[in-house]
Amino acid sequence: MGDSSPQATSNRESVLLVVVLGALALVTIGGFAWDWRPPVAAEEGAGIDATITYLLIAAGFILLVGHAVLVWFIWRSDRGDQPYERPTRRAEWIWGIIPVLLMLALSEAGVLVVSGPVWDSLYVNKPKDPLVVEVVGKQFEWVMRYPGVDGAFGKYDWRYVDGTDNPLGVDEDDDTSLDDVIVRGKLFVPRGRPVIVKLRSHDVIHCFFVPHFRVKQDLIPGFPTSMRFTATRNGVFELVCAELCGLGHYRMRGEVHVVEPAEFDRWLAKRAKFGG
Amino acid sequence: MDEPRSFWRKYVFSVDHKMIGIQYIVLAILMALVAGGLALMIRAQLAWPNTGMFKPEAYLSYVTMHGTLMVFFVISPAISGLANFLLPLQVGTRDMAYPVLNMLSFWTIVPGALLMIASFFMPGGAASAGWTAYPPLSAVESVNPGSGWGQTLWLLGMALFIVSFTMGGLNFLTTILNMRAKGLSMMRLPLTVWGFLVSTVLGLLAFPPLTAAAIMLLFDRHGNTSFFLTDMVVNDQLMALGNGTPLLFQHMFWFLGHPEVYVIVLPCVCMMFDIIPAFTRRPVFGYRPSVYSLLVVGFLSMIVWGHHMFVTGMNPWVGKYFSVATVIITAPFSVLGVNLLASLWRAKLRPGVPMLWCLAVVSAIGFGGLGGLFLGTMTSDIYFHETYFVVGHFHLMIGTVTLLSIFAAIYYWYPKMFGRMLNEKLGRWHFWLTALPMMSIFILMHMQGLGGMVRRTFDTSVYAYNETNAALTIPITILATALFVGQFLFLFNAIRSVRHGEEAGRNPWQATTLEWETESPAPHGNFGETLPTVHRWAYDYSVEDGDRDYVSQAAEGRA
Repeated sequence: MGDSSPQATSNRESVLLVVVLGALALVTIGGFAWDWRPPVAAEEGAGIDATITYLLIAAGFILLVGHAVLVWFIWRSDRGDQPYERPTRRAEWIWGIIPVLLMLALSEAGVLVVSGPVWDSLYVNKPKDPLVVEVVGKQFEWVMRYPGVDGAFGKYDWRYVDGTDNPLGVDEDDDTSLDDVIVRGKLFVPRGRPVIVKLRSHDVIHCFFVPHFRVKQDLIPGFPTSMRFTATRNGVFELVCAELCGLGHYRMRGEVHVVEPAEFDRWLAKRAKFGG
Repeated sequence: MDEPRSFWRKYVFSVDHKMIGIQYIVLAILMALVAGGLALMIRAQLAWPNTGMFKPEAYLSYVTMHGTLMVFFVISPAISGLANFLLPLQVGTRDMAYPVLNMLSFWTIVPGALLMIASFFMPGGAASAGWTAYPPLSAVESVNPGSGWGQTLWLLGMALFIVSFTMGGLNFLTTILNMRAKGLSMMRLPLTVWGFLVSTVLGLLAFPPLTAAAIMLLFDRHGNTSFFLTDMVVNDQLMALGNGTPLLFQHMFWFLGHPEVYVIVLPCVCMMFDIIPAFTRRPVFGYRPSVYSLLVVGFLSMIVWGHHMFVTGMNPWVGKYFSVATVIITAPFSVLGVNLLASLWRAKLRPGVPMLWCLAVVSAIGFGGLGGLFLGTMTSDIYFHETYFVVGHFHLMIGTVTLLSIFAAIYYWYPKMFGRMLNEKLGRWHFWLTALPMMSIFILMHMQGLGGMVRRTFDTSVYAYNETNAALTIPITILATALFVGQFLFLFNAIRSVRHGEEAGRNPWQATTLEWETESPAPHGNFGETLPTVHRWAYDYSVEDGDRDYVSQAAEGRA
């Protein structure tokens, strides 16, 4: 069989296909440009958004160019015989090096230049005058603890845990426990002040995620972690468990209430202390 | 070689690599029906969360088993099947290096698959801690109903899969390295063989830690050890489980888990390099750069597993390292993408169903690969971790790229398997009903992930911020249904064409590699009296040879 094989009838379908794929690329880029994200409400979240925007532009550009080439090659190939000479080895190496350099530049710029400072602000730099809060995850709820005026969390022992009166098993014989404030399900924080969240889990792995803040951190049994954010807007934002933690995972919902600093102080003062 | 005569020796306990290859593919198709059915149940629950169709624990077991079955019992055996079928033919030998081991490999994955299916009928149901099976959730029954016998069977099934993979992998490796036809040097190998080679080496290196992790988890569950367990409080009661570290499991899991992506993606991408030239009538672009890129991608894939763990509280400098190393992969991988694209340059294009699949794969590599940038970059990953962006991304890479490639390969090599062509019209319908829904589904999931929607969630409407994301849920479910239904066209086509397809002849695509030198279907022993001798590389297209525009690898004459 030569070129007259029965398969050599028409390439319309291939052309249609690549045009559809090109259109899919365009629609995708359009789709990503539309704002799916909940409005950002934290300083660190704005940094993460900047990384995402950078990547959307870089990746969108490559996706578009790639599909344009795909459409062009297939479109042109439909025009019958053309002179063809096998690409030289040199051309093959050049077109190997160009994508390597381009992708290295685009991707490492994203990691080191755009993303690096944001990462440092989350995990490396020490924030000034932070509010420290403890957030404990357990199937399937969030429990928050504030250290009180002494600024120190009381000791805890899991043998003292009592679901109604002492969900965290705080040790009442420890003096620093007495002014601790325990709140279930709701995290109150002041606007504009860095908050350090110390995270631990009572049972399985959970994950602290506030979509409006863009931040996420695992709670791992036996391995305390911490994360931080600085809220920029007052309001109530949903707190999501992002790591599969059992059959009630989907309803392990909490809230973050961001209020003015003065209001936060008034709110905290009115809470019941652990020591009564 | 004596040809087996009895039914049992020929079709069931066969040691012929071609029959074993087909057995693997049939297993993959059967398991795909189960795993695809699970996907539809997941989509139904997501689209209509308040009907009470499923309980949350059942939903989680569907999510877990869908992922496990698709990765280890659909895509993996499908690729093993193609590797089994193709490797001895393409390297020009009569069978695998160890035919009996090859048979054992298949008959070890079968009980693995049966254990996975059986786990649905255990008290507490099938495993439901996710396909990643993170402890403590997967280890302690009182925190997760599926972590009873369901999870134990899951671990045993995985262990059998790994044993099977290891036996198959040793065979692939030995066959490629030691049994090549005379004249078939490494740099004359078709890229398909290179893909299987790199994939096999990665798998053999990466699976042992997962085996260890699975055994340690079994001990934690049934032997009172605490490799991965710490004390915990369940129902206000202290459970003294010890002082282990759950994160150790994640490291061991992803030390396999990330290379595993390349174990199944690389051979698929590489098969495209062999199918496309038959339809463009041009040699592949950049053979050597592709081979080197493949090796670099393979190496890098072993040292970047931590990008699955950016939010576990790892040391920030370690996190930075994993991010820097991860996105380097885009560089060699883009060479593969560019070379696939450039192989279409000035094509003398022939239409054909395999080519449609290939074109869709080239596009899907773009969509999937670029999505990876968002997850490999550490700060954007903080937001995207565990969202539908991740789900969309890995389904594009290890679901769409792989499945579309596997279909390309089946449409292309079916004639060599059965001596007949698949029906072209049905094939085209199957293509359009598969490629477009599939790519759309997972692109749309990226959007939901951009909206922050979290995966493995029984009812996303619990959260108000999901309102925007929810608009896409029902369309995705409808597309998924179309995708599932479309596969029956393929099933019908594949079964019918065994007897009723058009006769294929030796070389229906006028391709150059060794498998087309022999009859279709290839006889027992593959090549008749004498084995072929190789005189040239695998891509001598666009050369003049009488009325032909290609020269077979085995043809004598100018090299």
